[in-house]
Amino acid sequence: MQTVKNNKKEKPILEVRGLTVRYGQGCDYCLNGQPLLKNSCPHCKTVWACNDVNLELYPGEILGVVGESGSGKSTMMKSIYFDFPVTEGSAYLQAYGAGKANMFAATAQQKKYIRNHMMGMVYQNPVLGLRMDYSAAGNIAEKLIAAGGRNFGSMTARASQLLEAVEILPGRMKEPPKNFSGGMQQRVQISKALANNPQVLLLDEVTTGLDLSVQAKVLDLIRRIRQEFGVSILLVSHDLAVIRMLADRTVVMLEGKIIERGLTDQILDDPQHPYTQQLVHSLL
Amino acid sequence: MIDQKHYNFAFLDENSKREIRRSLLKAVAIPGYQVPFGSRELPIGRGWGTGGIQITLSVIGKEDVLKVIDQGSDDSVNAVNIKKFVSACTGVEITTDSEAASIIQTRHRIPEIPLKKEQILVLQVPTPEPLRIVEPREAVTKKMHAEGEYSPMWLTLYEDLLRCGKIGISAEYPVLVENRYIMNPSPIPRYDTPKLNDSDCLYLFGAGREKKIYAIPPHTRVMPLEFDDIPFETENFTGKRCHLCGAEGVYLDELTDEETGAKYYECSDTGYCAKRREQGCRP
Repeated sequence: MQTVKNNKKEKPILEVRGLTVRYGQGCDYCLNGQPLLKNSCPHCKTVWACNDVNLELYPGEILGVVGESGSGKSTMMKSIYFDFPVTEGSAYLQAYGAGKANMFAATAQQKKYIRNHMMGMVYQNPVLGLRMDYSAAGNIAEKLIAAGGRNFGSMTARASQLLEAVEILPGRMKEPPKNFSGGMQQRVQISKALANNPQVLLLDEVTTGLDLSVQAKVLDLIRRIRQEFGVSILLVSHDLAVIRMLADRTVVMLEGKIIERGLTDQILDDPQHPYTQQLVHSLL
Repeated sequence: MIDQKHYNFAFLDENSKREIRRSLLKAVAIPGYQVPFGSRELPIGRGWGTGGIQITLSVIGKEDVLKVIDQGSDDSVNAVNIKKFVSACTGVEITTDSEAASIIQTRHRIPEIPLKKEQILVLQVPTPEPLRIVEPREAVTKKMHAEGEYSPMWLTLYEDLLRCGKIGISAEYPVLVENRYIMNPSPIPRYDTPKLNDSDCLYLFGAGREKKIYAIPPHTRVMPLEFDDIPFETENFTGKRCHLCGAEGVYLDELTDEETGAKYYECSDTGYCAKRREQGCRP
């Protein structure tokens, strides 16, 4: 049963306003907001990977982001996690400056603090999120160390606790993730992302490339950690089944823009935008 | 001493010495920060102590007394050659007594006796960058130092403890200088690392091949990286003593008798050992 958290009285835990990521200088045509057929300008070939993206994530909510490959989902996610520089826009995290300070305008040190204390990220490719030659516990400890942890015993205990929470036996905590299966690597990534009790968890295509039974395990895990850790989740996927199973609300992206938003059931059962209709009918 | 008509005092020309001194001043002003400098060619191969020699030649004066040691020994090939070279181009007095020396150039060891405030210890450094073991790119390590991003270094220590139960770094144990920069103390053993903290003397570090100079001024806080619950440990020589002078509680070299195969120990600092024997100390 899905829970809806978009109560207007509740303040969003993460608010993104006018997020734009542009590759290229732009020209008079595209910079003045002229309509683009694709995400690149026909005159100057500037790519608008994300174009004026607005979204809110409420406490305890799972917000799904769907769209085809190249629609700007991952770019948006990585921009929020400061992996990519943002061209324009602002983002407000409840825990940072009481939700009034634009975190994109933060200093390098402040961004580091936000990344390490307030957000967790799980990448589609575990190689981006894990050090494959270090132990599973070491990978989790890295996040704790980055947040100032200097107690070996407590960090190891926390790593063991988190690995147990994602159903990895404590006996394997000294093994490097390169020895693990794809599903296990994703679970190590999830436990690493949860290490500092973040408010927001960013999941980028976490089930892509996994077989169905492993996918089901990871999805169950995400649902469970939302309840256990009370974390808000931004879930990027191009798999509508995953979105239907997990997301409370969903936004649909196309060519760097959000073209439709609403409750997940509403989006999937009664899509309004022609692209969303095409997407839903091609997959279901 | 070599002919002063053909060679400047202390071999290097005055402009070179001035540039190195300017780098030294900057290094002293920012303890633990690696200052780039224009490393000069010397009649010694790179990697044989050219960084240390350039510092020594830049700060040495006619009244100075020089001691050169290599792994604690006054008589190793490297130490003897450096002594001969500096003596030939400066004419300064050479000594093996750590207390009598005003400048001590060393590799791999810090003398046993506590150094005084008027003394300078010059250390030869092969790899000045402590983060090299976790990051091969110079541009990235510079950024890591600038941002104080030392998590990968701590993670390496964590991994050692997790997998082996102890930290496996024996020499070149990384230290945190004034709670700001992680620094490579040169390949001194762990035993010598605490001597860097709150010392009376000035420590200068030179890496000729890598073209870097850094320093620890007197009374600087220099702490080895350690976890809150795992204290830093040095080599332990409890129950062992020097077979020549009977010294205990000093850094000892382990040797093996070729005939009997028995292990015995002697002081790594040969000058210290010789002085004790002169004073009548016996095993």
